[in-house]
Amino acid sequence: MKSRYSIFSLARNAINYHKDWERAWRSPTPKSEYDAVIVGAGGHGLATAYYLAKTHKLTNIAVVEKGWLGGGNTGRNTTIIRSNYLQDPSIAIYELARSLYEDLSRDLNFNVMFSPRGVMMLCQTEHEFRAFKRTAHANRLAGLDCRMITPEEVKKIAPIINDDPNCRYPILGAYYQPRGGTGRHDAVAWGYARGADSLGVDIIQNCEVLSIRRDGGKVAGLETSKGFIKTKKIGVVTAGNVSTVVQTAGLRLPIESLCLQALVSEPIKPVLDCVIMANTVHGYLSQSDKGELVVGGGTDPYNNYSQRGSFPALEHTVTALVETFPIISRLRMLRMWGGIVDMTGDRSPIIGKTDIDGLYVNCGWGTGGFKSIPGSGYVFADTIFNDRPHPIAEPFGLNRFVEGRLIDESVAAAVAH
Amino acid sequence: MLIVHCHVCGAEGDETDFHYGGQAHIARPATRDPASVSDAEQRDYLFMRHNPKGLHFERWRCDRGCGKWFHAARDTVTMEFKATYGISELPPRALMEAATGEWAIFFKDKLAKGSEA
Repeated sequence: MKSRYSIFSLARNAINYHKDWERAWRSPTPKSEYDAVIVGAGGHGLATAYYLAKTHKLTNIAVVEKGWLGGGNTGRNTTIIRSNYLQDPSIAIYELARSLYEDLSRDLNFNVMFSPRGVMMLCQTEHEFRAFKRTAHANRLAGLDCRMITPEEVKKIAPIINDDPNCRYPILGAYYQPRGGTGRHDAVAWGYARGADSLGVDIIQNCEVLSIRRDGGKVAGLETSKGFIKTKKIGVVTAGNVSTVVQTAGLRLPIESLCLQALVSEPIKPVLDCVIMANTVHGYLSQSDKGELVVGGGTDPYNNYSQRGSFPALEHTVTALVETFPIISRLRMLRMWGGIVDMTGDRSPIIGKTDIDGLYVNCGWGTGGFKSIPGSGYVFADTIFNDRPHPIAEPFGLNRFVEGRLIDESVAAAVAH
Repeated sequence: MLIVHCHVCGAEGDETDFHYGGQAHIARPATRDPASVSDAEQRDYLFMRHNPKGLHFERWRCDRGCGKWFHAARDTVTMEFKATYGISELPPRALMEAATGEWAIFFKDKLAKGSEA
């Protein structure tokens, strides 16, 4: 067991000039066999391993990662956490995740900087106003703390907003989730990694999965760049690269990989203390603790594995936000980046078993991955351990595409896809 | 920024002058005999997509030019357009042979038969 982070450990290490901090996780060489192996050490994979070890006491497990942990979409998002989706199954899983975030820092003994600063989804057309009102009713029926607010309240919460009623997309109101907000994305990966590692999970970085080896209808193990690893259970959590990984086992998925970009501005004084999504104009905005404005928008339209997006998508996002937030027009943008997101046809994730015994997938989170990390890991760990879908994960099974039982969030999701 | 060439009118423009139409060569199973289409086949038609890391075959539309649809072969890692070809055509033989994974399986019998779509 690792020593706990606390004010006392900080003081103790300060005396030693911070030279003796214990490593947060080991770098083990892979064993020849594990009870289960998770492919992909992003937030979802690490959370899955953590809950497998913590809740289900399955500790002879490994997480294998092609690059470094948290280096994919977990470190490339805009850190927004909210759960105000339209469909019941989505509300259940995203709210499970959001509620776990509330207590995550204490659970992991790692400050994930969850900041429930409020998420506001602007209504800028009559149609959008009605659609969000519908979502608001659905969410309140499910017990979420959410409400519609007036343009005056919007202006009070976010004074930098353009409240001119004669602009092209005037503010007609907003859908507000006061307990939504942001978190520190790297810390979520690091916290889960440290937590899983201290429970005995081997996190093996720089270990690329070359193929999944099958023994008839069930999995036999993984061929990796560090040799063969025997296992009976494999959980694939590799976001944009999921199709290429499961293809080696002969499995096809209803997924396309697209590039989603984000960017941050130079740091400025505090101007915005909530997250604002403006879906009609395709952009969203929040301010980080360092003062940078964090900007995100829609995906690039075409298939992409390069983690580099195209300029028109960024230009579209920024152009849109400048009208809604005129003060940002002179801001210089410091950094931009892209992540490869795995999009399904109904824009909802796929969690559960596959036709191959012992092969489980957790993918298709698309543009909504970060906010769902704790909930996704929690239900996926339960699904792998018990070899049946967790009740909250059940609607997200692969068979929904055969049955036509879609969980349609493509128009309901707050972010323009 | 992608620079796209229209196969039909020859116009050159950036990606905002064109519209991406997703995966190419998807045949609607219900066109021939609707009654015999299984749920799984319908799922494949509606939702299953080739998602290769590398050479991909897709549809584009010349939005601000001639308005016609055409096919393109593009690499999803380097973003390089390898070829464009007509909407009712199959890709050049060399590209069909270069295809990997699901595309290689798809083109296998087409390569044996000839070049009709």
